Amino acid sequence: MEVSDIIKPENQVFCKTQLLTDTTLSYCPGCGHGTAHSITMEVIEEMGIVQDTIGVAPVGCSVLAYDFMNIDMTQAAHGRAPAVATAISRVWPNKYVFTYQGDGDLAAIGTAETIHACNRGENIVIIFVNNGIYGMTGGQMAPTTLEGMMSSTSPYGRDVKTMGMPIKMTELVANLPGVYYATRQAVHTHKHVRKAKKAIKKAFENTRLNNGISFIEIVSNCNSGWKMTPNESNIWMEENMFPYFPLGDIKVNGKLK
Amino acid sequence: MSELKLMKGNEALAEAAIRAGADAYFGYPITPQSEVIEYLMTEQPEKRTGMVVLQAESEVAAINMVYGAASTGKKVMTSSSSPGISLKLEGISYLAGAELPAVIVNVVRGGPGLGTIQPSQADYFQSVKGGGHGDYHLYVLAPSSVQEMADFVEDAFDIAFKYRAPVLILSDGLIGQMMEKVELKDQQERLTDEEVIKRHDSWATTGKTNRERNIITSLDLVSEKMEARVHRLMAKYKKMEEEDLRFEKIMCDDADYLFVAYGSSARIAQKAVELGREKGLKVGLLRPITLFPFPKKQLLDLADQVKGMLSVEMSAGQMVEDVKLAVEHKVPVEHFGRTGGIIHTPEEVLEALEQKIIKENGSIRYHKTRESSIL
Repeated sequence: MEVSDIIKPENQVFCKTQLLTDTTLSYCPGCGHGTAHSITMEVIEEMGIVQDTIGVAPVGCSVLAYDFMNIDMTQAAHGRAPAVATAISRVWPNKYVFTYQGDGDLAAIGTAETIHACNRGENIVIIFVNNGIYGMTGGQMAPTTLEGMMSSTSPYGRDVKTMGMPIKMTELVANLPGVYYATRQAVHTHKHVRKAKKAIKKAFENTRLNNGISFIEIVSNCNSGWKMTPNESNIWMEENMFPYFPLGDIKVNGKLK
Repeated sequence: MSELKLMKGNEALAEAAIRAGADAYFGYPITPQSEVIEYLMTEQPEKRTGMVVLQAESEVAAINMVYGAASTGKKVMTSSSSPGISLKLEGISYLAGAELPAVIVNVVRGGPGLGTIQPSQADYFQSVKGGGHGDYHLYVLAPSSVQEMADFVEDAFDIAFKYRAPVLILSDGLIGQMMEKVELKDQQERLTDEEVIKRHDSWATTGKTNRERNIITSLDLVSEKMEARVHRLMAKYKKMEEEDLRFEKIMCDDADYLFVAYGSSARIAQKAVELGREKGLKVGLLRPITLFPFPKKQLLDLADQVKGMLSVEMSAGQMVEDVKLAVEHKVPVEHFGRTGGIIHTPEEVLEALEQKIIKENGSIRYHKTRESSIL
């Protein structure tokens, strides 16, 4: 039997969401971004809200998210996605507006925009992919780089005496009354992907119900930046990132866990 | 019905934005333009027309909110004063790069740095030479009265949407703060969401329906594509020059000497023209209403007629460079202007013309310079 005999529509048990384009991903093989993209798009497709969804892409590895997400998208200046999303949501109050940002974008240069959008309780979804490093610019130290972790700008490991401890954004924003839902997820195993997708769905449901901000952190790997194989990086993430950035809900329905 | 009111320039601008059917204003307080957001917050246009008004956490956030709202085809405006505009420049460059319509207002104060809260025109370079990074220009309107503060809002929106480009209203602390009689136009209806989608569905991010997705970005990693984008922008600027250049000529027909001035300085220079005429000096004024595009050809034509020009601006000499470029060394061009928040008087302006242009007999000096350059 030839392969072409097997690959037929009637034999298809899984298919890619229509909301992902066929453009080759610019992400490194093994990176979690692709999975985070696809579950976000699956949620939008399943909820049937594509005509009412506007995404905001950041600056960082996912700057080209609009090449892969088959929805209307605006690319924001570095760190400003929450301000951009704020305005879109204010002038189109019935739309589903989300930002997709990395740790440098959201937790360093865009800290003010993040905190204030959360404090105002904008009716948007923030998807925050935290891999503890600046991937796109070549592996520099991020605000979320772990203590002692090496990067091109912390070649001897992050010195917390001079750089402070890695910042826990989700815990920080969860304390703001405007935040309705804050959770930390991962996408490196099937189990985690399913949970993360559920969280994203909950977040978009919150937008539908006008509940205010939903903040979803996805702790992810950066095998290139961490100088590891994809598998090594996932193990390293479980052993090192998860203890400091524990997975799970931090605030649900406006109440801290 | 139009309405006659006594208003501050900043208030007239804010009221005009509501009446122009603006969808949103995002701003941050800074002297001397805080009356814009104060007026809007007091007036509650959300109740009058549904216009959104939001005080942002910073000028940076405000301009990026403008970027967000503009990317969806809505009519959006922000205002600030010099140091705040410096903060907005990154966002302004993005607006130009992503080809988004928006109106930005600068009620200029003295600089550099924190400078002074008094009026100034020292942001000319920043306004017409780019300011932010990259190959771009803003269409720049310079009001010289409270009436124009109001009128130029609608004009600015029209230009912004005609070219899908950011437009700057370059005012100053004098016009922003002074009160004058102003005739306000009738309320224009805001476009409904359906109308916005109908008009701007070819480019705006309003949600993907049965069409290709719309993407708003200023990023082109392929050099040829980026160059094509830059060429597209340059074509817009050329068209602006051909179709939307604005200027005003006052007593130019028989003028031997010319003031070139915009905004507040144009008002003062106009008085200096009167004073000069009383003394028997044939003085005229060319007032650029748009600073970009700049009335280059009009100045070049006048260079064949007048003996010299004095560029008058509340700065250490910025627009004077463009006047010099425009006249191609045909006549002497000098600068006069007070800085630091000091507003020059008409008498000072006329005296400067007499001393710098008339008494020095600029035309003779010019020919000498030219001969020496030939030698």
